[in-house]
Amino acid sequence: MSESIAIERYTYRERVMHWLTALTYTYCLSTGLAFYTPHLFWIADVLGGGPTSRFWHPIVGVSFVIAQMWMHMVWHRDMEMSEQDKVWMEHTREYAENHDEAMPLSGRFNAGQKLFYWAMYYGAFLLLITGLVMWFPEYIPFGVAWIRSLAIVLHVSGALITIGAFIIHVYMSVFLVPGSGAAMLFGNVSIAWARTHHRLWYERTSRESGSKE
Amino acid sequence: MSNGTLQIKAISGHAGPVPGRDASRDYDVCKLIDVTTCIGCKACEVACLEWNGYPFRETTFDNTYQTMPDTAWNYYNLIRFNEHTAEDGTFSWLMRKDQCMHCADPGCLRACPADGAIVQYSNGIVDFQQEHCIGCQYCVTGCPFNIPKFNSETKKVHKCTLCSDRVGAGLEPACIKACPTGCLHFGSKDDMLDLAEKRVHQLHEHTSHTNAGLYDPQGVGGTHVMYVLHDIRDPEAYGGLPRDPHVPLLVRIWKGPLKWLGNFAIVAGLLGAAAHYVRFGPKKVEGAE
Repeated sequence: MSESIAIERYTYRERVMHWLTALTYTYCLSTGLAFYTPHLFWIADVLGGGPTSRFWHPIVGVSFVIAQMWMHMVWHRDMEMSEQDKVWMEHTREYAENHDEAMPLSGRFNAGQKLFYWAMYYGAFLLLITGLVMWFPEYIPFGVAWIRSLAIVLHVSGALITIGAFIIHVYMSVFLVPGSGAAMLFGNVSIAWARTHHRLWYERTSRESGSKE
Repeated sequence: MSNGTLQIKAISGHAGPVPGRDASRDYDVCKLIDVTTCIGCKACEVACLEWNGYPFRETTFDNTYQTMPDTAWNYYNLIRFNEHTAEDGTFSWLMRKDQCMHCADPGCLRACPADGAIVQYSNGIVDFQQEHCIGCQYCVTGCPFNIPKFNSETKKVHKCTLCSDRVGAGLEPACIKACPTGCLHFGSKDDMLDLAEKRVHQLHEHTSHTNAGLYDPQGVGGTHVMYVLHDIRDPEAYGGLPRDPHVPLLVRIWKGPLKWLGNFAIVAGLLGAAAHYVRFGPKKVEGAE
């Protein structure tokens, strides 16, 4: 019964913001993997060829960082770690094994989502700074050429960390938590979904909407 | 360009084995530059431009005989003038023809991600194939000699080809042909090593250059361009010739352990997610059981 009643989880603006970061990140991921290993260079061919991919990768990368900044303005308060999140992280194993009844209650985002957010947030900065060096290596004097190779190693490491986080994020939203993908597409979740996964957020929003009525 | 004398030995950014890998022909080509007989006339620079069809570049003046600060995407070959004061106070001009060294272990090729953009022929020539170049400049980072140069208009990187088009047709490189003092030599690597040894011996015996020696750095597996220097102890004095060049350590880490660790982690992450789904399945919503 309660499942048929939907409540808004993400506003239209939040969804546009999310898909903008998702699209720009995925483009950089695909072209970046092509430059990373010869076994995936075919991705660059599919996306219009190596030179085209190399031309757009840094430009789309900067767009990703800008989209991430926008997201930060909107979500940084929701993403602050709380005391309960620390308890949550101590129970990560139970969460991974779907013993959700053992988990402390979560607000709008649970500790895992916040960790993902901060991994992408700091990852974006690392990728931006190292990426700028790789974009214009000719401006790094040869005497300090180690900065160029250090930038590449850090860029690859940063990318690998965000790829790990990204795999978990996509797996969870598409497969592990039914309803979360639809929430990001259409904005709404069922009351049962909200109560199960984000009880504190559900209680707060229902209180707020109740007081308005 | 891949005819009989230009058999491919290694290709950049190539998935799987390379046709002709480890192929060894009976000779490697090599250029020997005897800097002790170079007069800095720049005939080699002009010959290089003429053969490759590039215009002469504007020169700059910085109170020395250095005509321009560096090689460029359309200027492969530059004489470096260095004013040098020896320990005993004697003054000399050191002139070194600076161009691609054609390393046996080329850092540019190791770093390049584009399939076939950099090839190493079995005769030792390392050549850029601009039609496959994507303009990422990883080669610029991989090179210990600061050789590859980027054309920001075409987004392609260029460098000395050791005249692979001439060598492939059985000719010597253009610079060799132009040298008036005979300080440039070209032949098989073995012959050039022999010649260099004789010249170094001659310098030791008959001149005051008792520290003369051959520059064939083993850190990059030896090079297919070698120098005879007056003083092998101080290659830096010849316009920044590195004492012990290597493919940068961070480039080797990136293309070695970091790549395999990353590949493993990505595949393990994907398989792990699939295994998790099979083992635990999706999360359930309260009351839906």
